[in-house]
Amino acid sequence: MNSPVTARNNGAPVVTFEDVRIGFDEGEILRGISFQVLPRETLVLLGETGTGKTLTLKLAAGLLRPSQGTVEVLGQQVSSMSEKELLGFRRQIGFVFQEGALFDSMTVADNVAYRLREDRVNEDEIEPGVREVLRFVELEHTLDQLPSELSGGMRRRVSIARALANRPQIVLYDSPTAGLDPVTAQTIITLILRLRDVYGVTALLATHRLQDGFALANFHFDPAMKRVVRNGSTPPTGSGVTPNAPTRFIVYREGRIYFEGAPREIETSRDDYLRRFLV
Amino acid sequence: MADTPFQVAGREAKPVEEISLGSVLSDALKRLVLNVQDYSEMAMTSLANLATGPRYFQDLLDQMDDIGVGSLPIVLVSGFFIGAVMVLQTGSQFVRFGQTALTGDVVSLALVRELGPTLTGILVAGRCASGIASELGSMLVTEQVDAMRAMGTDPSRKLVTPRVLASILMLPLLTALNDFVGLLGGCVASVFSLRLGMVEFWNRAINALEFADIMQGMTKPMVYGFILATVGCYQGLTVRGGTQGVGRATTQAVVVSSVMIIAADVFLTKLALYLGDKLF
Repeated sequence: MNSPVTARNNGAPVVTFEDVRIGFDEGEILRGISFQVLPRETLVLLGETGTGKTLTLKLAAGLLRPSQGTVEVLGQQVSSMSEKELLGFRRQIGFVFQEGALFDSMTVADNVAYRLREDRVNEDEIEPGVREVLRFVELEHTLDQLPSELSGGMRRRVSIARALANRPQIVLYDSPTAGLDPVTAQTIITLILRLRDVYGVTALLATHRLQDGFALANFHFDPAMKRVVRNGSTPPTGSGVTPNAPTRFIVYREGRIYFEGAPREIETSRDDYLRRFLV
Repeated sequence: MADTPFQVAGREAKPVEEISLGSVLSDALKRLVLNVQDYSEMAMTSLANLATGPRYFQDLLDQMDDIGVGSLPIVLVSGFFIGAVMVLQTGSQFVRFGQTALTGDVVSLALVRELGPTLTGILVAGRCASGIASELGSMLVTEQVDAMRAMGTDPSRKLVTPRVLASILMLPLLTALNDFVGLLGGCVASVFSLRLGMVEFWNRAINALEFADIMQGMTKPMVYGFILATVGCYQGLTVRGGTQGVGRATTQAVVVSSVMIIAADVFLTKLALYLGDKLF
């Protein structure tokens, strides 16, 4: 698989939220959120259910419009784009939905090929492309199966493969391990690590599991050894795009950012609210 | 502050609003107006999409197969029996005046002008408006519609337009077949029940029809197709409340589209009669 197109604005943030607010009938959910994500960085959005993690991802993808504030992604002001402009913009990002959101009437191959067909890619190029991303998620044998024939973990992996099909610069993961058993959850996290460390994808990951974030912060995928290793346990091999890509945490509370910083700061924190995530 | 992770803490309590009959009625009216506005916008967009790309030809063919070929059995079987029962009912009256030969005229006019299009519309609405609403509703609640948008596809072009166009194209064809099978059923009933000659029945049935009748009978189903598909799509794409909401939307789609078809029939008939007098 080729590397995704690298962000053209080297060093400049690829995602910027500025004083973003959004609310529904039941009240305001996000109350002035501001943060930035740098190229090849992984930002873990942590928070309890209903604190607005998914909303943040949908705002970044332009699926929702903020009631106030601005959202800028890949140098484009998403919050003020028309729906027609957004359709074109969204082709540059990958979105992994919480339950996979696979098209249940299509086979796995058609799901993964969906975006390529939308982009009018030549049919001769689609099949090898689909096989390549499915091989990446180790599900090449499921090509002709329907999503309903797959397990929950496999569906998430197909969803990741679908999001990768056209080599996006940014991938947004919405609770990719929610509802999965620990072993399957670990498989998904390993996949996210590989994607980050081999192809240098910038990521926003919403989760309520702190261990997912710690795994991303403390481990990396070593392409030479072809396995996930703890940071610092082996000398850098020099291969791969970003062997030790930075991981940062944001913790949401009551619609606001309660904490922003490195994983170690949460580990060593004495704050009662943050410590609840450590349990 | 929340004591457990399951409690939602710190949200400002909503002020308790006083409920009066006036406020309930005005809210309901506002919702109705909003729904009509959203429906009209979606319906018009579904047609406007035809003017520009991208177009989903394969989806259109799939929908034509589902709506057209899929509805064929119910339309044909119902059409046959409707034609037969029309003959039995009208024939029993004509027998009193010794005018059973007129049965062919009456059945033919009633089927081609009115019963064929309207019954086909209602039957297909029962089958397809519900199917469209439940399919799109399920896609909505499982985030498949959002996934589609996230991959740069306009759901209106991919999901709504092919269904609307397929219905508009298929309903006249289904109606034509329904009319023919209805006349066949009428013929069988008149031969066996009224002892009319087969040739006489068909002669009278065909001669009774004018071009304006055919025009009326073929134009109405196009409007019915538009109604049932747009109502089905609208109900499906505005589902709220998970699987229970999908069930509600499915029922609503059938009820609303059937009522709209019957209501539209009145206006279309008036218009068709007026134009028939002026043009033909």
